[in-house]
Amino acid sequence: MHTIYLDNNATTRVDPKVFEAIKPYFTELYGNPSSMHRFGGQVGGKIREARDQVAHFLGCDAREIIFTSCGSESDNTAIRSALEAFPEKKHIITTAVEHPAILSLCTHLEKKKGYEVTYLSTDEHGRLDLEEYKQAFRPDTAIVSVMWANNETGNIYPIEKMAHIARENGVIFHTDAVQAVGKVDINLSAIPVDMLSLSGHKLHAPKGVGALYVRKGLAFHPFLIGGHQERGRRAGTENTTGIVALGKACELAQTNMEAENTTVKALRDRLETGILQAIPHTRVNGDPENRLPNTTNISFGYVEGEAILLMMDQVGICASSGSACTSGSLEPSHVLMAMNVPFTFAHGSIRFSLSRFTTQEDIDFVLQTMPSLIENLRTLSPFSEEKEAPAITKRFAK
Amino acid sequence: MWEYTDAVKDHFFNPRNAGVIEDADGVGEVGSLACGDALTLYIKVQDGIITDAKFKTFGCASAIASSSALTELIIGKTVEEAEKLTNKDIANYLGGLPREKMHCSVMGQEALEQAIKNMRGEAGPKAEHSHEGNLVCECFGIFDEEILRAIKENDLQTVEDVTNFTKAGGGCGKCVDEIARLLRQARGETSCPAPCKAPAFPAEGMTNIQRMHLIESVMDQDIRPILQADGGNIQLIDIEKKQVTVKFTGMCSSCPSSKATLENLVEAKLREKVDPDIKVILED
Ligand code: FES
Repeated sequence: MHTIYLDNNATTRVDPKVFEAIKPYFTELYGNPSSMHRFGGQVGGKIREARDQVAHFLGCDAREIIFTSCGSESDNTAIRSALEAFPEKKHIITTAVEHPAILSLCTHLEKKKGYEVTYLSTDEHGRLDLEEYKQAFRPDTAIVSVMWANNETGNIYPIEKMAHIARENGVIFHTDAVQAVGKVDINLSAIPVDMLSLSGHKLHAPKGVGALYVRKGLAFHPFLIGGHQERGRRAGTENTTGIVALGKACELAQTNMEAENTTVKALRDRLETGILQAIPHTRVNGDPENRLPNTTNISFGYVEGEAILLMMDQVGICASSGSACTSGSLEPSHVLMAMNVPFTFAHGSIRFSLSRFTTQEDIDFVLQTMPSLIENLRTLSPFSEEKEAPAITKRFAK
Repeated sequence: MWEYTDAVKDHFFNPRNAGVIEDADGVGEVGSLACGDALTLYIKVQDGIITDAKFKTFGCASAIASSSALTELIIGKTVEEAEKLTNKDIANYLGGLPREKMHCSVMGQEALEQAIKNMRGEAGPKAEHSHEGNLVCECFGIFDEEILRAIKENDLQTVEDVTNFTKAGGGCGKCVDEIARLLRQARGETSCPAPCKAPAFPAEGMTNIQRMHLIESVMDQDIRPILQADGGNIQLIDIEKKQVTVKFTGMCSSCPSSKATLENLVEAKLREKVDPDIKVILED
């Protein structure tokens, strides 16, 4: 069965060009970049090149890039570094719709370390309110962390404005840009972002590599302490293949950015409008204006997400859902809950995320199969337009 | 991805007896859209034997499979036999369910009970709770009777178990203390685990300052930890005689159930530990 992969916000296919570029570093050029011999040294040269590629892509200096193992490590490093730099400051500002890498860390800091966290709320489209944001600053605010783009809805947040506001308040600004990199124009020389996290595997590099940008001059405290790698800012022998891959992936992303915003976006729009037209009781969750070009989060009323996903899986379509059942929790995704998506729709949300490897045929196939698939589940459902509990966004009516 | 048995997949992809019986003798409705799953069961009974059963289910694969299995299990049985059916029978029929999904089998059992009651003219199709029962979990509308029964019938040991089987505790988490108490109660332990604090209402005869300190400390020890577990917090704004003004911050400020939290947690705790007449209001 042909696999139609529409789950690129979960992870992406390694670009064959990236794969070619890293092959020699497994069995031939396997030296340790820290070694004194030339055999290892040449690997060091390649890492420098990769660092340049990443820096060039982000519009920053190569010395501002620290290679890490993943987006979560970058996020953890950034926040913990800022907190360590200002031990007397006990307040963090973030949003209610962050990735768990940030949210779980923040709740941990609240519960175990005595921090207070402000979670900025969103409107029904998942947009933030800049007034609320401005009001959230306190004299003891240590750091602001706001994602550049949301993994579930694709919403793009006004990072430039928000970074300026943080700067005016003298507070460090971090952004988790894991989903935005490669899809949104990022030029760190032009905006006052202090730290930025990214991850390789969302960008057609392999899993297990990420990077953290740290603005020059910013006080930094390493998370992993040990060897002198990454100029003492992140210990551990370099993940050479991962780093080379990330460099190459950034280089490719630069050239592919346009395609992401034209071809991929056109396919996404076709998928989205196609589904909305063909299937009644559907809605898009997210910001109609500022959204990643590859993502659409569509809710199917009166049916449940896990059941939809399994039906899709049966015909080879991969996507994901914000429904409760898929994650093993009992509540729908925190992102949809923060947006007050009514339960009728929150339980039946499906996220389709495309990439430059998605084809026209893929989308056609999805458009052909989805209507009957949803219809089948709806005939099983006790709910329908006629027999629906009113659109409930809030528990509980007892 | 869940590890579903072949039987679960089979009953999900090829559900048996899906549909409606227009002239059903009994109908049972449980669950809701808000809760993420719901089941309506229709039964037809002749001479005390269930001759037909059909279902409509909103929910995940295991909810649909459990409903399908339920109908297969009861068709051809006498009502008395069907009444003995438990959620375990449904799960076993499917070769087992992931533990986190056991509540789907419980939903089947409840729908069947309701349908039988409805057939006998004892109740409407939708389950109503008796007035003696206490609502334990507001997020999912689960009463103590249901929790106690699940504990007994499935020999549940932990709060997590209770959540897997009944959903109670799977939302805001506010009710987990009460679930833990019910677990102890079911095991026959006394319901007062901590040494009960001596004076009933210590605030009597206190000065204003003393009372303020007491309120602060109850906030710190009994209220904040629970809110913080959900990413929220509370700020004390003002105390005027018996009226305490507070403000929720963090997750709580946007939490849909914040009003219930105010009454059931904040006010209840302060009434219990400070003064039975305290009134707590939200700053606006
Ligand atoms: S009241 Fe039980 S989980 Fe919220």
